[in-house]
Amino acid sequence: MRLIRPTLEWLDARLKIGAAIRETADHPVPRRSASWWYVFGSGALAIFVLQVATGICLALVYVPSANEAYQSLQVLNHQQALGWFVRALHGWGSNFMVGLVLIHMIQVFLFGAFKFPRELTWMVGVLLLVVTLGMAFTGQVLRFDQDAYWGLGILTSIAGRVPVIGGQIVQIVLGGPIIAGETLTRFFALHVFVIPGLLIGFVGVHLMMVLKLGVNEYPMPGRLVDKDTYIAEYEAEVHRDGVPFVPNAFRKDLVFSGLMLGAVVLCALVFGPFGPGGAPDPTIIQTEPRPDYFFLWIFSVAALMPPGIETFVLLVGPPLGILFLFLLPLWAGVGEKSWRRRPVAVLCVILAILGWATLTHYGRTSPWSPVMDAWSALPVPAKDLEGKSALVRQGALVFQAKQCRNCHALGDAGGRRGPALDDVATRLTKDQLIRQVLQGGGNMPAYGVNLSPAETTALVSFLETLHPSNEPAAQDASQKSASVR
Amino acid sequence: MTTPSTRRDLLLRLGIGLNALAAVALATPIVGYLLSPARRQKMRDALSWVELGGLSSYPEGQTRMATFRNPSTRPWDGQTADIPCWVRRLQGNDFQVFAVNCAHLGCPVRWFPQSNLFLCPCHGGAYYADGSRAAGPPPRGLFRYEFKVENDRLLIRAGMMPTLGNIIASRRGRRGPPCA
Repeated sequence: MRLIRPTLEWLDARLKIGAAIRETADHPVPRRSASWWYVFGSGALAIFVLQVATGICLALVYVPSANEAYQSLQVLNHQQALGWFVRALHGWGSNFMVGLVLIHMIQVFLFGAFKFPRELTWMVGVLLLVVTLGMAFTGQVLRFDQDAYWGLGILTSIAGRVPVIGGQIVQIVLGGPIIAGETLTRFFALHVFVIPGLLIGFVGVHLMMVLKLGVNEYPMPGRLVDKDTYIAEYEAEVHRDGVPFVPNAFRKDLVFSGLMLGAVVLCALVFGPFGPGGAPDPTIIQTEPRPDYFFLWIFSVAALMPPGIETFVLLVGPPLGILFLFLLPLWAGVGEKSWRRRPVAVLCVILAILGWATLTHYGRTSPWSPVMDAWSALPVPAKDLEGKSALVRQGALVFQAKQCRNCHALGDAGGRRGPALDDVATRLTKDQLIRQVLQGGGNMPAYGVNLSPAETTALVSFLETLHPSNEPAAQDASQKSASVR
Repeated sequence: MTTPSTRRDLLLRLGIGLNALAAVALATPIVGYLLSPARRQKMRDALSWVELGGLSSYPEGQTRMATFRNPSTRPWDGQTADIPCWVRRLQGNDFQVFAVNCAHLGCPVRWFPQSNLFLCPCHGGAYYADGSRAAGPPPRGLFRYEFKVENDRLLIRAGMMPTLGNIIASRRGRRGPPCA
């Protein structure tokens, strides 16, 4: 113990950073800003440090080769001592980091902390969001399994839609004409060298500006930001009523960071590592590729967008969104800070969260995808067969055998791509059913060449019986009057 | 201004100039290195004829999956260089060879002989047996490989992951074959 002080003094006599550290620790922050609302950024930083440490550990074993990456992941999971745990920490750490960055961003937005003079801090923060998502995507590629392979396929196909130079961009993204060895090595280089370098640089600038400009004061409704007076007012406030960063704010940061790290450890222990899923073998096509959860919403957008504007939305939407966030403080850099008096801002956040959650939910359930095994796996509901004629039952067989069930549900089971058919007879007359089956339309393939006349007759007879007992089947009024005459 | 400071000025300018020259000398090859996958010559060379086996493995009127080793590979490509495709033999030497990648966003489409449809597991794209678009978000039909039959063996011109980028470029007649 007696040696510590002289050692520290010896070091500081040469490093000369003691004063700067003391100044940082003692710098005054507004009393109310030493708040639990202000802990998310440091939480994200703590997780980032964990990611660096676990990432280096993984790089000791992982082989960034298309031929061996998958095996090395299996070795990490099953043979390397505690490899599964380090993988789990890194995977859960990435989820927590993306989550905390987003929560931090929402808090900063709602508390008006992006306004004068902290515009650039926010802009660098937007860049940090971009590189964090970049880490998440490239990391998902390094978990080189089926999802990673086909995820690259999706990225490639989006890049291929760029006008004029799409083909060239695809080649540069993949490092060659197909998804293969050089694709993995370039994503490895991005994930391990390029993006972490940018991330560390941006974090440094971001933190430096937080220190130089001071922590945002707790917003008071009605207290407007004015470029001419703000800095003097802020200085006066922290000198009159400020508290030192250490320990008043720091202890909450410390507790929260510890909680988050503990939560990552707990998740890693309880839930284990993510994947890898099936081997990255393109000839195994019995797969349903899905991205990790933070990109599921984009996956949903790709399914739900009208084809006419899809390319535009996929290519222009993300950069435009990022640009909007980036330029936000230049557009709304002064005025009211408190969310209590910024209803549009609150509404935007609520809409963004709802939109994200809804699209993520759709991404998980993918109602637009046919259920590939519904035709062979699901039984026809008994009520649709009981007491029905042989022709109708034959129709039910055609319905299953021609895989109508993959897109159409009966009795709440089956695909959701098309409408459920439990009451289709109340909506379509016999002639309309025949037309729809043979010609398709409304996003349904035409089955005209695929069904014999006998099969069509049977199928339509079956469909005609599909209506609730208390609702009659639809009838063609003109046919009815014609037959009466 | 005194003589020595002029000399120092000159030295500074010389230093900046030298470094600028060095920067250009370094940046040119580095940028060239980074962009090399997109060289037109390299992209053209990526395509070549690959064999999909004898005609007897493709019964008339049926659609079967075939796999081939990508013509340009690295030793460390592993399974990723094994590329699948769908071969539809209409009759005799009349074939259609489709890329497995959905024209929407590249996911692998599956062939269902029961309903005579190709279905995509990602966003629900559907194609008829002849590869034309049936339903869902794809902007066009399935990508097709150029094929030929030689000595009772089926060959296709392949080597590049098909995307709308390749297709658009080829439609303008800049890169020959209609696909792949």
